Amino acid sequence: MTGFLTIVVVTLGVILLGKVLKIFELSGELRGADANAVTTKDNRTQGALVMLFGLGFLAFVIHQFYKFKDMMLPVSASEHGVQTDMLLSVSFWVIIPMFFITHILLIYFAYKYYYRPERKATFFAHSTKLELIWTVVPTVVLTTLIVYGISTWNKIMAPAAEDAMVVELYAKQFDWTGRYAGEDNKLGRSGYRLIEGANVLGVDMTDGHAQDDKVARGELHLPVNKEVSFKFHSRDVIHSAYMPHFRTQMNCVPGMTTQFHFKPTITTEQMRKETNNPEFDYILLCNKICGSAHYNMQMTIIVESEEDFNKWLEGKKTLAQELGGADVAVDAQPHADAAIDAHDDATTDSDSLDVQHP
Amino acid sequence: MAEHHDNHHHHPHHEEGFLSKWVFSQDHKMISKQFLVTAIIMGVVGMLLSTMFRLQLGWPGQSFPILETILGKWAPDGVLDPNMYLALVTIHGTIIVFMVLTGGLSGTFANLLIPLQIGARDMASGFINMLSYWFFFLSSAVMFASLFVETGPASGGWTVYPPLSALPQAIPGSGLGMTLWLVSMSLFIVSSLLGGLNYIVTVINLRTKGMSMWRLPLTVWALLITAVLGVLSFPVLFSAALLLIFDRSLGTSFYLSEIHIGGQALENVGGSPILYEHLFWFLGHPEVYIILLPALGITSEVISTNSRKPIFGYKAMVGSILAIAFLSFIVWGHHMFVTGMNPFLGSVFTFTTLLVAIPSAVKVFNYLTTLWKGNIVFTPGTLFAIGLVSTFITGGLTGIILGDSALDINIHDTYFVVAHFHIVMGASAIFGMFAGVYHWFPKMYGRMMNKNLGYMHFWLTITSVYGVFFPMHFLGLAGIPRRYYSNTAFPLFDDFIDVNSMISVFAIIGAVAQVIFIFNFFYSIYKGNKATQNPWKSNTLEWTTPVEHIHGNWPGAIPEVQRWAYDYSRPDKDQDFVPQDVPLEPGEEAH
Repeated sequence: MTGFLTIVVVTLGVILLGKVLKIFELSGELRGADANAVTTKDNRTQGALVMLFGLGFLAFVIHQFYKFKDMMLPVSASEHGVQTDMLLSVSFWVIIPMFFITHILLIYFAYKYYYRPERKATFFAHSTKLELIWTVVPTVVLTTLIVYGISTWNKIMAPAAEDAMVVELYAKQFDWTGRYAGEDNKLGRSGYRLIEGANVLGVDMTDGHAQDDKVARGELHLPVNKEVSFKFHSRDVIHSAYMPHFRTQMNCVPGMTTQFHFKPTITTEQMRKETNNPEFDYILLCNKICGSAHYNMQMTIIVESEEDFNKWLEGKKTLAQELGGADVAVDAQPHADAAIDAHDDATTDSDSLDVQHP
Repeated sequence: MAEHHDNHHHHPHHEEGFLSKWVFSQDHKMISKQFLVTAIIMGVVGMLLSTMFRLQLGWPGQSFPILETILGKWAPDGVLDPNMYLALVTIHGTIIVFMVLTGGLSGTFANLLIPLQIGARDMASGFINMLSYWFFFLSSAVMFASLFVETGPASGGWTVYPPLSALPQAIPGSGLGMTLWLVSMSLFIVSSLLGGLNYIVTVINLRTKGMSMWRLPLTVWALLITAVLGVLSFPVLFSAALLLIFDRSLGTSFYLSEIHIGGQALENVGGSPILYEHLFWFLGHPEVYIILLPALGITSEVISTNSRKPIFGYKAMVGSILAIAFLSFIVWGHHMFVTGMNPFLGSVFTFTTLLVAIPSAVKVFNYLTTLWKGNIVFTPGTLFAIGLVSTFITGGLTGIILGDSALDINIHDTYFVVAHFHIVMGASAIFGMFAGVYHWFPKMYGRMMNKNLGYMHFWLTITSVYGVFFPMHFLGLAGIPRRYYSNTAFPLFDDFIDVNSMISVFAIIGAVAQVIFIFNFFYSIYKGNKATQNPWKSNTLEWTTPVEHIHGNWPGAIPEVQRWAYDYSRPDKDQDFVPQDVPLEPGEEAH
């Protein structure tokens, strides 16, 4: 495929260059003062080309919409995503007709009014009425879109519900870590100076809220139909947590906490059936340039029933169990990512803290 | 440069030496040519960089021995290194945005057209004008040199957000490469300010008799407002760059806080990278219009002249330039909807951003009405101007989607954005620049460019522009992020592999098409047909100057302006144009 395309491109280039030189030779023979004056024939030809290319372009645009119809926007798997998709459709229904109307006029005028020596252009310099029309109509249309857009935005960005499940998404070059707030639904304090060994999130284990926090790597599980309130952190450069199926994106900025909340509505299982793709997985990807492996900074998201989710979360060790906290618990069951030494010095290391509460 | 000038020393003032005529010239026409040639060279560099990373994007992981030949250790076995990929993307953006479409576009046409179209013998300060070019040249040279640094050129994206751009631990390009980027950008800002002040002062003070503001050609209006935008916004970028230099070199914490990198906790606390983003985009958004307005001004002039019709709604055109310029200062936040800004601010920026569509719509409809019932002469310049109207519509409309904060959440930083800005400001501005070059080449070099090569250049270019950028809208809607070295880490994006290959094929065709232009340009400087004084039968004053350049522009007195610039096809005249210096006939009313 590649070899073939390279050959095609190179051949095209060579042919093109040959033609270019040929044309140049020919035009050189004709050289006179007027050799490059635009002739009536040129005007006719170029006018016709505008029409030809214009129709080709509009056909191409229609073809593209048709071709990407099913590929372009994945089914929205969050509650607010359905609203923004609606807003997107409305916006498209405004701009697509505008695109076609203006392009058809442009192409038609260019084609119809090519220069003919016997004609004279119409002297038409100004019309208050026309100008008012195309100031007022866009204003009305845009005002509608603005009001619709802002009200959608305000709904999405309104504070999360009290009982929303709190999850921290922690970014660093080049991976993601999730932290569930546990029974108390409150994340323990953390600070970048506390990052040491297994405590990759720099959680302050002297904080009572930190003990029941649970950490997830590689896969992030979410219960379906339950609002999740995300707190985003980064420890090094700016990252961006992008979850296209949930119509969710928020930057992760070192030195501050950002947040976003949404309610997933379709489980991974359902989605696999709907898309006819047994391999389907929701993804979290990094969408702010962050370094050499930016293109592969990802995490799988699994949406499942609340029951399955609780089962999965119960299988996870708490931070207290992983790191050793105020109440160091005995490892109840062996766990894949629990081969970590307990760190009691994390509890005494808090004097140099620069902590913040999300 | 053009040797044919050597034989002619019409100018009344004094004999110039080689250096003061060709190198350290203070003549605005020569400086304009210097800007243009430098911009063309930088444009070739920027385009080649994009062709290289398009090879990787079209055929990820494929070996292209040519890449190893060019890039050496950055493309082992012909496969582009991910860090170098980011560097190519970064320098491509920087060069095209600043060196080509800001310095190149404004530098060329403000210098050429402002004095000639307003009837001035030169810029207000020839010396400052010369400095402006040489700072631009130095800036371009430093940026080019940064490509050869051991640790690679700057690679944090053209917006160079800290902490990525501040910490060499984060990416190798943030070492010496980034230092050179900042040096180059500082020199560029100096150049831009020196040029901009000169343009403003010249337009305000040096207009010839009769040239009231309402008689200025739209090119001059556009270039004037562009200069004002630059003078107001570039200093803010300078402060952003300065603080970044402090953070990088002096240990300050303007943009850095609570960073743990390379196994080490840094001492910096209290700063915010978001501050940088605000400062950057306070320039960055007006910058879009610094790029676009001159192209729109050129288009107004070229479309009107070649439709043999007055530009429709002259005052509305000026009004919309002013409105766009004003709005451009209060929309920068739409680049930052997902930075965690206060949602109320998001609403405000959505509101102001979508308002930009109103003056833009006015411009489009006025262009269309100018073409309506015209008598259109299809010069290559006309075609590029019409192409601009098309790309301005296509790219402008998707701005209505991106400017809407609720929609931006999902498509921010995806290929949808890449499609949008490449079409609306990349392609439009470069089309405007090409239209200007084809249109004013006779004025610059006293010769004509070959029209057939021009036609071929246009058709291949617009085909490849849409072939490259239109499909990207759909990639973006599918959720493919920009600045990804490859999409192969996500099975979800496998459906788009072929599309990416096709895009790269179009990109290569587009690059090859520019060879036609470059050949035509340099060949015509020496061998083109001799131009007549007013080859396009245009009304504006620059065509009243002799074909051979002279210092001071007009051999005798500067012509007086008697009418506006758009008296084309007046029903009461036989000839279809009336130059601005032709006096009104008794009983004739000025427009």
